[in-house]
Amino acid sequence: MTEITAQPAREPLLARINWVDVGPFIALGVLLLAGVLINPDFLSPTNITNVVTRSAFIAIIAVGATFVISSGGLDLSVGSMTAFVTGIMIMFMNAMVPAMGANSIIAGMALVLCVGALCGLFNGLIVTVGKIEPFIVTLGTMGIFRALITFMSDGGNIPLDRSLREPFRPVYYGNLLGIPIPILVSVVVALVGAFILYKTKFGRRCAAVGANEEVARFSGISVGRVRTLAFVIQGICVAIAAICYVPRLGAATPTTGSLWELQVITAVVIGGTALRGGKGRIWGTVAGAVILEMIANLMVLSNFISEYLVAAVQGVIIIIAMLVQRFSKQP
Amino acid sequence: MSAAEALVMPAPAAKPSDPLLRLAGLGKAYGPVTVLSDVDLDIGAGEIHAIIGENGAGKSTLMRLISGHVKPTTGTIALAGEQIVFPNPAAAEHAGIALVHQEILLADGLSVAENLFLGREITRNGIVDDRAMEAIAAERLADLGCTASPRDLVRQLPIAQRQLVQIARALLEDHRLVIFDEPTAVLTTTEVETLLGIVRGLRDRGVAILYISHRLNEVEALADRITVLRDGKMIGTYDAAAVTQEDMARLMVGRELAMLYPPKRGTSSQAPVLEIDHLSVPGFVHDASLVARPGEVLGLGGMIGAGRTELFEGLLGLRPAKVAEVRVNGKAVRIASVADGVDAGIGYLTEDRKGKGLLLRERLAPNLVLTALSRLHRKPYIEDRLETRELDRAVGEYDIRVRSKRLEAGQLSGGNQQKLLLAKIMMLDPKVVIIDEPTRGIDIGNKSQIYAFIDKLIRAGKACIVISSELQELVGLCDRILVMRAGSIVAEFAGDQITEQAVVLAATSGGSKPAAGGPSQ
Repeated sequence: MTEITAQPAREPLLARINWVDVGPFIALGVLLLAGVLINPDFLSPTNITNVVTRSAFIAIIAVGATFVISSGGLDLSVGSMTAFVTGIMIMFMNAMVPAMGANSIIAGMALVLCVGALCGLFNGLIVTVGKIEPFIVTLGTMGIFRALITFMSDGGNIPLDRSLREPFRPVYYGNLLGIPIPILVSVVVALVGAFILYKTKFGRRCAAVGANEEVARFSGISVGRVRTLAFVIQGICVAIAAICYVPRLGAATPTTGSLWELQVITAVVIGGTALRGGKGRIWGTVAGAVILEMIANLMVLSNFISEYLVAAVQGVIIIIAMLVQRFSKQP
Repeated sequence: MSAAEALVMPAPAAKPSDPLLRLAGLGKAYGPVTVLSDVDLDIGAGEIHAIIGENGAGKSTLMRLISGHVKPTTGTIALAGEQIVFPNPAAAEHAGIALVHQEILLADGLSVAENLFLGREITRNGIVDDRAMEAIAAERLADLGCTASPRDLVRQLPIAQRQLVQIARALLEDHRLVIFDEPTAVLTTTEVETLLGIVRGLRDRGVAILYISHRLNEVEALADRITVLRDGKMIGTYDAAAVTQEDMARLMVGRELAMLYPPKRGTSSQAPVLEIDHLSVPGFVHDASLVARPGEVLGLGGMIGAGRTELFEGLLGLRPAKVAEVRVNGKAVRIASVADGVDAGIGYLTEDRKGKGLLLRERLAPNLVLTALSRLHRKPYIEDRLETRELDRAVGEYDIRVRSKRLEAGQLSGGNQQKLLLAKIMMLDPKVVIIDEPTRGIDIGNKSQIYAFIDKLIRAGKACIVISSELQELVGLCDRILVMRAGSIVAEFAGDQITEQAVVLAATSGGSKPAAGGPSQ
């Protein structure tokens, strides 16, 4: 073997761009452009704000999923988990109304964060202590959480107490300096997520475990602990999304969060995080979530594609994203 | 031509009248990196032609070119006078060229017979005929002296049996040229004898054989002609009768061996820094005890599969193990993980730097500090400037040649990866450094540098344990050598007792037991 590094010294600027990194943002730009051409109303502040606000839930959960996926895991249970923790939160708040009044909202929020973390811990421990594929574990818990919310609601719905609707409303409908609260929350979640993933030892270990578990083990990293913590972060993100979601619907039902796991994984993957683990891309994930919502919105606004085909177009997008990852310059 | 090469005159150009295989100016480059150049070679039917060279000399590349796994960038391959380019390995196989791989490439979950016939199953009326295949498999395995049954799952076989299965698979059909890539690396002495017999049998039937091996005694016993490669270049082709094993070694290395290794330090009498009492790893290591002292390089020799790597993986909790006691500087320590080992002052450098040592798609600095994250970053967040500083230091101290510090680890050459890995372990400031195959697959210049680093850390008062399958390296580098065979430490040599012959004998056939007291003194 000759002692020369296997790369020419200079490359043209175009070849040096990492398309996986910038891809999601280019796609977002293209969508914006297409949107203006299709319907001038698309770029109106109201519409854009609406789209981004609606994408907030998926974005928040997907930030958590970026941790799980970059550590080499996968969580299919997030949609069901959203429904389950939402149900728990509403029941708790309702029960606390006589004693605490509107303050039960605060208590409920605190509780749901704990419940979310515990659900994540449950997933994580089965994966790491039981040494079972995360796909299988979370397929199981997906069913469990979904069944629990159906049981809790007796097949119907669990409505939020009327007295709480007004005080809880601003969490979804309110704004700060004109920016809707859910958008602010998702930006904060993404900022914190990016800090943890890129600027802490845990984040570094997360990426190492996902990139090569053996190297991580041989480097003295506790692989199980890192993976479990990633699931806990996922659970907390689910709880945060649930908090933002309740004022919008005012109830938990057996269909709450249905199929969100697919949207979440799609957002992560089109954001440029490799499904096999390794480096996570938080901002790409957020862009991915917005892209998904924007496509749906554009199809509603336009007349030439039926909105029944939204899922098909999203499916095409995820395949294109994977092809870009597959064929882009892999150093 | 150096003095070493002048010792042996190349064979006269008396080539067989009609060479089965003729390589002319054959070479391979990956981008700007040339791994093999200007190979001119003839192989006749009924000839055993050995290819020898150090790790990284280009032997495997040559084999992969001939067998259609990679395409040459220069030169031509002619088979029976006809110039050919194989688009894929299947085409080469179709043309009558079989390759017995160095690594075991079998489907673990399938039976021996199913593996033998994978992709060429015998069918009757469109249905696979297991009985016919098992009958043929049984016959072929018996020829090879393989005791596995055709119905055994490959997963359940010991590694030597798997290798025999792989050889049986390559020989299942009649071929004009069979390439053996280090076929005996995992075989025991009797199995090797059987294999050599088979190779001779093939030759007598007119098959051309390309035989690659590290084991010069095999080459001497087997080959008709020998081609030596070094650093990707062909040094020459020689008549086997005209060269001794010593000549071969000199031609392979290309310089006096003595210059490669730092002067020895002699055995140490300092208090041991690491003591392992009665360590067993189920299935791999049986009741091994050893001590490592500051000031000496302790070598661990033995065949592949003797349990050397497993011993230390067991010590560090990387695989299940039982141990009576481990002491560091005389104090008992409990080690259940690599992290515990790091805390106790034990640094372990894996033999598998690509699979277990480095994150190939990650940049250099994160790789360097991965094990030492908590030591380096005292604040709750990562400070890039600390990592940059450490990388600068390591690049200078270990002479890691990088074009840019923003490269990924996988873009470095093998030698530079190894230096990076060494720097990564040394960041922990270990008291004992265990280096598994310190120079596997790296070129000679980097080798001598690594040996110098090992010498330096010994002189800095650390203890060093070197596991190596390269006999020359063990003998040239180590002050004391323990030899393992079949999971047990069977011999110990120090000072003048250290010779290649003594180590080989102990590794393969028992050899001399340590005089008294056992290896753990």
